[in-house]
Amino acid sequence: MLKRLASYLKGYGGYAIASPLLVVLETACELVLPLLMARIINQGIEGNNMTVIWQSGALMVAVALVATVVGGYAARCATFAAQGLGANLRRAEFEQIASFSFADIDRFSSSSLITRLTNDLTNIQNVAIMCLRVLIRGVAMTAASVVLTLAISPRLALVVCVVLPFMAAALGLLMKVCFPLFEKMQKALDHLNETVQENLVAVRVVKSYVRQDHEREKFKDANDGFTAAGLNAVLRMVAIQPVMMICFSVATVLVLYNGGNMVLGGELDIGYLQTVTGYIMQILMSAMMIGMAVLQYTRAQASIRRVFEVLDAESAITGGGADRLPAPRGRVEFQDVSFRYQTDGAGEDVLHHIGLTVEPGQFVAIVGGTGTGKSSLVNLIPRFYDVHRGKVLVDGLDVRDYPLDALRSRIGMVLQNNVLFSGTIRENLLWGNENATQEELVQAAKDAQAYDFIMSFPEGFDTYLEQGGVNVSGGQKQRLCIARAMVRKPAILILDDSTSAVDSATEGRIRQSFRENLKGTTVIIIAQRISSVQYADKIVVLDEGTVADVGSHDQLIARSPIYREIYDSQQEGGSGNG
Amino acid sequence: MAENKAPRGPKGGPGPHGPHGGPRGGFGKPKDLRRTALRTMGYILNRPALLLASLVCVVVSALLGVAATYLQKPIIDSISLAFKSGQTQLPSLLTSCLQLIGIYLLAAACSYVQANLMAQLAQKGCNRLRRELFDKLQQLPLSFFDAHTHGELMSRFTNDADNVQMALEQSVVSLISSVITFVGVVVMMVSLSPMLFLASLVMLGCVTAVFLVFGKRSRKFYARQQAALGAVNGNIQEMIEGLKVVKAFNHEEQAKTQFNSLNEEYRAAASEAGFYSSAIMPVASNLTNIGYAVTAVLGGILAMGGGGAAGFTLGSLVIYLQYNRQVTQPVNQISMQMTSLLSAMAGAERIFAVMDAQPEPDRGQVTLVPVEKDANGSLSKFSGQGRPKSWAWKVPRTCALSLVPVLVGADEALTELGQADEENGALKLLPPGTDSKTGLWVRVGADGTLTPLTLAEMAAHGWAWKYPGPDGRMGLHLIRGAVRNVPGEEFCYTELRGAVRLSRVDFSYVEGKPVLKEMSVYADPGQKIAFVGSTGAGKTTVTNLINRFYEIQGGVITCDGIDVRDIAKDSLRLSQGAVLQDTHLFTGTVMENIRYGRLDATDEDCIRAAKTANADGFIRRLPEGYHTMLTGDGTNLSQGQRQLLSIARAAVKDPPIMVLDEATSSIDTRTEQHIQQGMDALMEGRTVFVIAHRLSTVRNADCIVVIEHGQIMEKGSHAQLMEEQGRYYQLYTGQFELD
Repeated sequence: MLKRLASYLKGYGGYAIASPLLVVLETACELVLPLLMARIINQGIEGNNMTVIWQSGALMVAVALVATVVGGYAARCATFAAQGLGANLRRAEFEQIASFSFADIDRFSSSSLITRLTNDLTNIQNVAIMCLRVLIRGVAMTAASVVLTLAISPRLALVVCVVLPFMAAALGLLMKVCFPLFEKMQKALDHLNETVQENLVAVRVVKSYVRQDHEREKFKDANDGFTAAGLNAVLRMVAIQPVMMICFSVATVLVLYNGGNMVLGGELDIGYLQTVTGYIMQILMSAMMIGMAVLQYTRAQASIRRVFEVLDAESAITGGGADRLPAPRGRVEFQDVSFRYQTDGAGEDVLHHIGLTVEPGQFVAIVGGTGTGKSSLVNLIPRFYDVHRGKVLVDGLDVRDYPLDALRSRIGMVLQNNVLFSGTIRENLLWGNENATQEELVQAAKDAQAYDFIMSFPEGFDTYLEQGGVNVSGGQKQRLCIARAMVRKPAILILDDSTSAVDSATEGRIRQSFRENLKGTTVIIIAQRISSVQYADKIVVLDEGTVADVGSHDQLIARSPIYREIYDSQQEGGSGNG
Repeated sequence: MAENKAPRGPKGGPGPHGPHGGPRGGFGKPKDLRRTALRTMGYILNRPALLLASLVCVVVSALLGVAATYLQKPIIDSISLAFKSGQTQLPSLLTSCLQLIGIYLLAAACSYVQANLMAQLAQKGCNRLRRELFDKLQQLPLSFFDAHTHGELMSRFTNDADNVQMALEQSVVSLISSVITFVGVVVMMVSLSPMLFLASLVMLGCVTAVFLVFGKRSRKFYARQQAALGAVNGNIQEMIEGLKVVKAFNHEEQAKTQFNSLNEEYRAAASEAGFYSSAIMPVASNLTNIGYAVTAVLGGILAMGGGGAAGFTLGSLVIYLQYNRQVTQPVNQISMQMTSLLSAMAGAERIFAVMDAQPEPDRGQVTLVPVEKDANGSLSKFSGQGRPKSWAWKVPRTCALSLVPVLVGADEALTELGQADEENGALKLLPPGTDSKTGLWVRVGADGTLTPLTLAEMAAHGWAWKYPGPDGRMGLHLIRGAVRNVPGEEFCYTELRGAVRLSRVDFSYVEGKPVLKEMSVYADPGQKIAFVGSTGAGKTTVTNLINRFYEIQGGVITCDGIDVRDIAKDSLRLSQGAVLQDTHLFTGTVMENIRYGRLDATDEDCIRAAKTANADGFIRRLPEGYHTMLTGDGTNLSQGQRQLLSIARAAVKDPPIMVLDEATSSIDTRTEQHIQQGMDALMEGRTVFVIAHRLSTVRNADCIVVIEHGQIMEKGSHAQLMEEQGRYYQLYTGQFELD
């Protein structure tokens, strides 16, 4: 996993290599200081030699100066490497997601993809910094301290080596105990947050059912659960510092006692006593740091896995490579099409053996109840999803043979869940066609019955839309989305239930302008209202994933029981009682 | 310290994640540090003994830490002395070492006790803080929730409460401990050698300067980094949410280009900010090392020859050098803790701001109580057996409403009746409820003249509430149900029927932008009133006023003749049910979700309600039927199914007044037809307010109110409105004959 992460250091590899080297150098400098200090004591003070003191002192200052600069650079390199890694990874992930098919997006869900690109990446970046600085420094420090102590006195090194495993065991045990407790605490926290979130989202329901006390109880349980889990973990975790303190003190005192006796026995120079206690301090701090770094890495593993999951997802849909593309005319043909969302065998077909032909320039409407497969059907035309069986042909060529952008640029699609992007109205309309002229934008806006309200804004086409288009009404949003699709001048225009928030009169005018201005364009609409579909050249009635009937309004009224039922349900106000 | 404001989005407005783009919920200075700090401390002050014990432990463990270092001096000195005098044994070494270890153990014990106690205090204090915050949220009016995003309120519970907890658990103690350690170490250093301390002071100055300079730069770059992060994350959110549109328009390349430039901007800003914050530690610690070297030389010279006159021995030098290292730690700690303490206080201030927000006004004294109603229509106390069938408004005689007998004339014109006494040949009206000596009843004319009543009139009298309207003038409001008015009882009772009247109601969400103007709508018990109009015309607003989600600015709304402001809010809302456009379900089983409508409903009640709403069929087909768990607002159900559940939930509540706001909008017309029976059953015998996009669903209403721009354009039955050929006619026919 680490190796793979490292491959995303491209462009920042120099920093990634330099940083640990510099850290090791800095560590070496820091560890030389107590040795020089020992020289001052042993030869200077105890040996009454002023020159040694001055020399050693000057050397210490020089070493410390070098360490300052090196340390600063090490930090710089570590940060640059980690941020570079984050940026590369984020970019790779974004580009991967951009290539996802609709099925991939559905599988991961938008909100999960967002978390994977934001929180998860931040976690990974933090871990990278941790590893590059803290972990390497800790390991280098511990190793060098042990080696140097060994060089000074094997007997004192033995003392260190007795305390070290004990300390590691104590730390390890604490972490082993605490880690699952922290996970429990996190779960309790998630539950707490979920409770609050639910309460906030449903505040109207809570108030209108007067359930405040009920909600308070729920929250109290979640809150108490969180506190109990938190205390459980924290009360154990706070033992770490005292335990470390005890380890340190035991080691220090052992060194003082043993070392003192060695000094008296002439086996050790007195100056090394403080050197070794200094090293013990360093080892201890390093051990804590290593522990923290490992903990953070363990926690981030989930994030790393989740990011790699995205990167590893094979996009199911890639463009075809047809050499010659037919001229765009707007003919659509479904040949015995079956479709399912899950292709891994578990899914059930949502469309069964659909056969349907839409001629260029036709106005075709699709009706049917919720969940009968209307959206699924039209989503196959721009190849948002792939068919399970059968073929979808656009202008006579299988959609799977088109390069994706060539296919989709023939189609103007207004999706059911419409999205506008932050930016001006003009910028949003230009999504349809970057090179559209102002006249074309105006025409599209007029056709979509959006021109009047656009011009009623003080800044007209330059009105800034907030994210998600929250500053326009639902109906206005839908009309802007229609205009955006029309700017494209597509051969095929598909509207998936995209006038539901537009009032009937305006909708009628939109339909009128389709008829007048989009003569050569194939229009396929999905609609709930009979009024929206009754003048279509062809009405397709879907029922449970099959084509129940195709015909004109009058034909269907005469022969399709489903169509007549839909019609009746909109003619009569309910079942007539009241 | 922290000069920066919370990072804002590129357009100057709130960032893409609201004002909390930052990972720690933004930082900023608390406005009134002293007050906030005191109030926060209040949450751990309820157990003063524990707090005191903890503080004693902090002080003791800090002082012991300083002392432990000092104890090494005699050890080293005695070794040095013994070595020079040629001794090979030092019996006192073991004792000194044992002393030292004793002190360390004591310090460790104190530190553990302290951390343990503080963790308990902080966790329990924060538990209370969150609970009080949540309790408060339950009391706040909807206008508060309109003004604050969910994310913003969520971060009160997550980031802000977290920061407060951290601060209480660690920062406070750490601050105290640092100050004591710092003072203790400085005292020891000065007493060891004032001259060396001067050298240390210079070093300390340098280190502090590094902290200040780097800290300031780091904060400056951090603000820039957070803004860049906000921009990247905002872009991610927008593009991923709109990814299907991006793909439909082949916009992938443009999206990548835009993202890459934002990503690169963030990387550059974050690298810069990260450099300063991560370089602080190595640079400062190595500067300390330079100080260490300088002190080593000076101290070495001082200690040469056994310490000379100043008594500065080898042991002094060794421990001085240790102190020299220790003294920068508190400085570092204090600067770190101050930052987190300030951001915690800023968080606490935001929490307190919510806690101090005005709760929903509720001065209502009228409450809803179960009653028994006998065959004669008289009301008596609920026996407490079974489910109450009848409900009544319980009105204290002391409140502003007075119950008066009235004569009901044509068009429900009301004439007040009262008892009167003859005084000096003129009639004098007695206050309601007071008996006249002569038993004389009079009727009060519009001009105040009193006319004695006939017996026939007496027998036909009804009841009304009398209270001042918004203009201060007394008004009479007819009571349609049974009345219990027993002299001597502190309360009178009137039957809950569900008559709702809006009279000349003015309302605006934001001052100066009226949403409803002089709106008057009358609904008699059992009537179905439909609101029709374009989006934003004010249809939903009307229903939000009936249950008093918002306060009206003018006019009056009555329920069974009682001003809704006089009814306790909980009681008012218990009398009403609602199925709203946006359905919200809760984590729990299907059964629990239906039972949310009435907590004491039995399983059978819930299933019956589900059958009423035509939800029983699909529920039974769920993997575990009524015991299927719903998670995340019922995302495992279709929109239509969720709507059916919310209809069942309303059905189980069984209120006399029902609001259906686009309740069937996400159900297709054919399915709607199938659940129509359920809907009709739900509406049967209730006062219903219905808002529907589809005109076909409102056709059979008793009264259709066409609203445009907050005003009533026309109202009447379907037939009347069609005849008038006005706005409704246009809308209705528009659906079928557009060309």
